[in-house]
Amino acid sequence: MTMRKRSGAVLAGLAMAVTLLAVPAVATAADTPNPPADLKAFQKYFKDKFPKVKFEDFVNGPYSMDEGLYKQWKEKEEFPPYEFALDLGKELMAKPFKNGKTLADCFPNKGIGIRQDYPYFDTKQGKVITLELAVNQCLEANGEQPYSYVKDEMAAVTAYMAYTSRGKIFDVKIPDDPRALAAYENGKRYFYTRRGQLNFSCATCHVQSPGERIRAEVLAPALGILNAMPIYRSEWSGMGTISRRFTSCNSQVRSVPLKPQDEEYRDLEYYLSYVSNGLPISGPGARP
Amino acid sequence: MASTIRVRATSSGDSTEVQALIQHPMDSGYVKDAKGQLIPPHFIQQVVIEHDGKPVFIADWGPAVSKDPYLKFAFKGGKKGDDLKVSWTDNKGASDTLTAKIQ
Repeated sequence: MTMRKRSGAVLAGLAMAVTLLAVPAVATAADTPNPPADLKAFQKYFKDKFPKVKFEDFVNGPYSMDEGLYKQWKEKEEFPPYEFALDLGKELMAKPFKNGKTLADCFPNKGIGIRQDYPYFDTKQGKVITLELAVNQCLEANGEQPYSYVKDEMAAVTAYMAYTSRGKIFDVKIPDDPRALAAYENGKRYFYTRRGQLNFSCATCHVQSPGERIRAEVLAPALGILNAMPIYRSEWSGMGTISRRFTSCNSQVRSVPLKPQDEEYRDLEYYLSYVSNGLPISGPGARP
Repeated sequence: MASTIRVRATSSGDSTEVQALIQHPMDSGYVKDAKGQLIPPHFIQQVVIEHDGKPVFIADWGPAVSKDPYLKFAFKGGKKGDDLKVSWTDNKGASDTLTAKIQ
């Protein structure tokens, strides 16, 4: 029975591949990548869907969608659960490596107030550099052990960087490089591709259904969703990075997550950050 | 090491509102780690909050309290500048104390 189902899936997969192959042949001008137009359409969609939500409030995820949650969150923010992570992050940024340098030395302005410039496309390395990747590249370049991408030190360091960048406007650029545009397009494709046993794409929850409940939780809008990262999630009873969010989202739709900071995840972060340009950094966030 | 305790106490009129956050794993003893081994119980047993040397809040906690617990309460009395001492002890005998000023 399982076998038969599986071959059915393979057939369907083949059929899809054939359709995909057929698409470029009939491509029209509307299909050429146009990030600024994407950004405009993407943001317009959310503004139209939630006319009552103030634009800059989209960075507050589920709290912008639900009045009760909003009140609880305001109270939580007076005494936020990510405070310990901020202290640890500050300490780690200034802690000298064996060679005497620090993490802060690897970043412009010592890592203060720069969160809004990540991710960026590095034309030398020919790939998208996220903040998390940049942190580990710095550690490795200085002969230190890289951090786990999903929590603890990585979350603490990026939380501190986000905190010192609060209110700064997301400003992700796509340089004039075909590889950068390809990365953007790849991220966009990943975002809208259905996967997993539940056959969900990222967009199914975060574009089609923000504000709706999935079990007891209120879904966050994709617009501004990364501005609040990293987050303290009560469900995790701890901090988590963008990598953690991507991998756990993938598991929740019963698909096999990629490795943290896989090229596709970095491209996804690139796309998702770009379409949230213009919104302020609000991280670190606290989520139920 | 930085303190495991965060406190904010604000006096308004004749009462003082206290919020505290304590960093602690609060392992119940029933959870297994990635290798399938039980994580031994490690939780706070008592929290004491004293105002000018007199206890105003004593909590006996157990394994059911969540990680990094947060508490909030109010008591009568207390004015700006008074000392508020927060301390906890856990089942392994570890403890921490922090004295904060009422704002």
